[in-house]
Amino acid sequence: MTRWLRSFGRFWYDFIVGDDWTIALGVVIAVVLTALAAQAGLAAWAILPVTVTGGLTWSVARARSRKPGTPETTEPLDG
Amino acid sequence: MHDVLLFAAAFLASAVEMVEALTIVLAVGVTRGWRSAAFGVGAALVALAVIVVVLGPAITRLPIDALRVVVGSVLLIFGLQWLRKAILRASGLKALHDEDAIYRAEVDELGQSSSHDWYAFTVAFKGVFLEGLEVAFLVVTFGGAQHNIGLAAAGAASALVIVVIVGAFVHAPLSRVPENTLKFGVGVMLTSFGMFWSAEGAGADWPGGDAAILVLLVAVLAVSLAIVGVARRPATLTSGSAT
Repeated sequence: MTRWLRSFGRFWYDFIVGDDWTIALGVVIAVVLTALAAQAGLAAWAILPVTVTGGLTWSVARARSRKPGTPETTEPLDG
Repeated sequence: MHDVLLFAAAFLASAVEMVEALTIVLAVGVTRGWRSAAFGVGAALVALAVIVVVLGPAITRLPIDALRVVVGSVLLIFGLQWLRKAILRASGLKALHDEDAIYRAEVDELGQSSSHDWYAFTVAFKGVFLEGLEVAFLVVTFGGAQHNIGLAAAGAASALVIVVIVGAFVHAPLSRVPENTLKFGVGVMLTSFGMFWSAEGAGADWPGGDAAILVLLVAVLAVSLAIVGVARRPATLTSGSAT
């Protein structure tokens, strides 16, 4: 039962968050900042493109600098 | 003349939303398999039918912006994960087919049938459900304003027929595109749609309205290809490609 629950939890974590949790966290923060900027009447639309560009570049750079032979974390459900 | 304009407005606005849904369904169907994607589409259509029947004109009171934020954010996370891996593969930093074995092991561990792909189901469901809800909004608001919801619904139904026919013609050529190129494209599309919806739901106004999606698609593709160019290592130039 414990094993099944752990697998179930891991399934949903992998499903929603995926192999790089910083991407999911970055998206949540960027969307919150977008909402705050929109409320303040600023050009809120620009926040996500800038964050996505920076976050994707950083995430790939991080994977690139990983020691050769070090596997990625579990990543069963995405592309 | 008003009737013609109402029909045309409902047709065109609905077609835009349906093409967005079709894009996502085609992308997921071609890359992950049609069976689960079709289940996702079917489930979304059933959910939409229930909502429309139960709520009727009150559908305009649903918190569509909250839905956009949630669906858009999840699509954006999914899209970035796809894109990140497609970039790593295209750069030669990651093997081309390592996820399939991990995926099957994970599904087996859960004791589920490996023939059902929840990822494809969920992405197809979300795309069709959100866009379908927007079409229902359009029909109710356009039709309600002109006191002719039936004609607006006919415009939307005509758009659906055309979009489905286009999808049927387009999916076969798509199946012949190399796997990682498709995954790259899916990542670009999910990321672009995810950004558009989540920002719109959060209250941002995109310059150019729906046309901003096209700009986002081009921009995300350009940025991704640039990252591939920078990340590609000379020693692994031949081990993976975006094309």
